[in-house]
Amino acid sequence: MAREPALSIEKLSHAYGPRLALDDVSFSVARGSCTALLGLNGAGKTTLFSLVTRLFAARKGRIRVLGFDVNRQPGEALRRLGVVFQARTLDLDLTVAQNLRYHAALHGIGAAEAGARATAILTGMELDGRQREKARNLSGGQMRRVEIARALLHQPELLVLDEPTVGLDVKAREAILRHLRELVARGSLTVLWATHLLDEIEATDDVVVIHRGRVLACGGAQAVIAAQGMPDIARAFAALTAAGPASETEDAPP
Amino acid sequence: MTATAQQEADAPQTRSSGFTLRQYMVCLSGVVWREGLRFLHQRGRFVSALVRPLVWLLIFAAGFRSVLGVSIIPPYDTYILYEDYITPGLMAMIQLFNGMQSSLSMVYDREMGNMRILLVSPLPRSFILVSKLAAGTAVSVVQVYAYLLVAWFWGIEPPRLGYLTVLPALVLAGMMLGSLGMLLSSMIRQLENFAGVMNFVIFPMFFASSALYPLWRVQETSPVLAVICKLNPFTYAVELIRFALYCQIDWTSLLVVLGCTVAFLAGALIAYDPAKGLIGRRGGG
Repeated sequence: MAREPALSIEKLSHAYGPRLALDDVSFSVARGSCTALLGLNGAGKTTLFSLVTRLFAARKGRIRVLGFDVNRQPGEALRRLGVVFQARTLDLDLTVAQNLRYHAALHGIGAAEAGARATAILTGMELDGRQREKARNLSGGQMRRVEIARALLHQPELLVLDEPTVGLDVKAREAILRHLRELVARGSLTVLWATHLLDEIEATDDVVVIHRGRVLACGGAQAVIAAQGMPDIARAFAALTAAGPASETEDAPP
Repeated sequence: MTATAQQEADAPQTRSSGFTLRQYMVCLSGVVWREGLRFLHQRGRFVSALVRPLVWLLIFAAGFRSVLGVSIIPPYDTYILYEDYITPGLMAMIQLFNGMQSSLSMVYDREMGNMRILLVSPLPRSFILVSKLAAGTAVSVVQVYAYLLVAWFWGIEPPRLGYLTVLPALVLAGMMLGSLGMLLSSMIRQLENFAGVMNFVIFPMFFASSALYPLWRVQETSPVLAVICKLNPFTYAVELIRFALYCQIDWTSLLVVLGCTVAFLAGALIAYDPAKGLIGRRGGG
């Protein structure tokens, strides 16, 4: 029997009152893939992430993380999910180590084990020596890397990141994406990251193009480009979104 | 097989499912630890939590001592000074402010995004919220004992055993006021809206209660106000603490505080439930 995909979304719709944010969205993310959720601002990416992470529940459609239904088995789904939100979510008054320890506790991981894991992950993220530093003293790129380290602390199988590189300089962006790809290459993690920055996509990535709450294309980046008859992802994306649905949707606040 | 049963049968079981008691305890202690750290970082909050009731005790109570005589009423078995009378009310006031402060923190966390880390925990959201409530209550109890220590130097000396017997009452009152704050926090979208709610909740609850004056005196001057005081859950928190401080149980207050805690907490849990609550409908979180 084929293994369940890392993330499976079936016929998902969501509205804020009369405002439709997601309209019959279906796609899946294969295990071990590095998948970009491509969409302009307001496309529905943040709403999708909010539903996948169960910040609020999907009323129409189904979301499964590693085969676990997010609505029916939220504990099983969320323990396999690492999340980096678009907005900064570090407690600025706590140190890096304290932020990580707090996150570990929320996953039922004790302080000693959390400390050992944190040291290993932070070293891998080139943040060793920063454990005792207050989060507010870190640069934007460092904060983002700490958030990724925190999301990896409970050893998730799927890591979802909502626009993790927004507001960072080119060097910091590259470092974060390189690290994410290295994690995927090691074979134990699947990454789904939302972005509107088309230059972040590499040929080996999978992409899901979302526009005005609807999925317009999904698959390998090369295949999506080829299907549009375009030379690169930027022009393929432009072609897709130009021909996409015209109905008004509105995304959740970041 | 029904569709639901089929879905459940389809679900993979690669990791052990559920959480152990130890994991729940780790989570609870982590939330309490973080709340404690936050409290330590906000020294101004501790100072103001201590100074506020002391101002009432040292200035207001001293000034009104001769004006507001208190007759012998349970749980007191003799005439007492006004300072003694208002001490339980001031203890409850500390918890009221702390409950609202905790909810203010929740609104702040929601605006800043920190709340999301709490809400995506795999442990049941109801447990996470109760942990948060327990953490806030623990902080409020510490504040109350700090106040009692200072008050002791001012001559407020309840029975020694009372310092122990009041603890369960403080926990219960703290849970009630904290869950009220949590319920309010779920209804407030923006931080700036909270100040108005504080004024509409804290001051009416405090003044329309038995914290500052015994209900029989309120009854003499304003029967309508007396009814309002009797409908105010804060009155029962004050009386629960008052009796417990003198090693007694006021059963009516105990039942009302228990009932209100359950009601407020249920409301808060529903409001923060991702499937039923207000958060999803508004797109916040």
